[in-house]
Amino acid sequence: MARAVVKLPSTIRRGEVIEIRTLVQHTMETGFRRTQFGEVIPRNIVRSFVCAYNGEEVFRAELHPAIAANPLLTFTTMAIDSGTITFTWTGDNGFSVTESATIVVV
Amino acid sequence: MTSRRDFLVTAGNLAGGLVLASAAGAARATPAAMQEAIRKVVGSAQIRRGRVKLEVAPLIDNGNVVPLAVAVESPMTPADHVKAIHVFAEKNPLPNVLSIYLGARAGRARVVTRIRLADTQTVTAIAELSDGSFWTETADVVVTLSACLEEVV
Repeated sequence: MARAVVKLPSTIRRGEVIEIRTLVQHTMETGFRRTQFGEVIPRNIVRSFVCAYNGEEVFRAELHPAIAANPLLTFTTMAIDSGTITFTWTGDNGFSVTESATIVVV
Repeated sequence: MTSRRDFLVTAGNLAGGLVLASAAGAARATPAAMQEAIRKVVGSAQIRRGRVKLEVAPLIDNGNVVPLAVAVESPMTPADHVKAIHVFAEKNPLPNVLSIYLGARAGRARVVTRIRLADTQTVTAIAELSDGSFWTETADVVVTLSACLEEVV
């Protein structure tokens, strides 16, 4: 099971724009590298990332082999309400990781 | 005066160099391929320069991990916001690097990530706004150690 890390600010006021930092453990094998015997190593990457705030999609990313290993994505969202933010990474070979964070807006 | 030996050595080096260059060329996208990839995203719309800020160091030691930030000037209101940001690299094996989709709820149009660069090249970011306009910015990056090409032992 791949590890995923999500970081949100500790105190959040309503209407504030918060920065969310995400990281998932993945080799992001490009599909262009070869072994010393000349065999192509098949591609194995994270294809997409979706962030949903209380069920509503607020950020989506399409990743390509040019993203470095252990994909890091930092983005912003407006803190509208308390609730949960879910983060989903999906990729080749059935890779799927879901992480959620609780957000408390004061 | 070139001796026979010198001539042969030079000829051998040249031939070797050509073979290496063509082998490396096969695994590269070209600026033309990048233009094609950009057209696929943008369609026939005009791309204007400005509003986008591409933050990447001009000199990169390791092409495997290149910190990259893209920010777009926008009020991010429901009427006027950034819909998508696309990043392209002209000399990577594939021109596409990253596409992100956001809306007015993002508050700010800024994304940070880490990318791979196979060679010294120009990185292009394109932002799609809610009014249908496209804005771009490019950055020249010198890469000392290329990504993608090393062998796995």
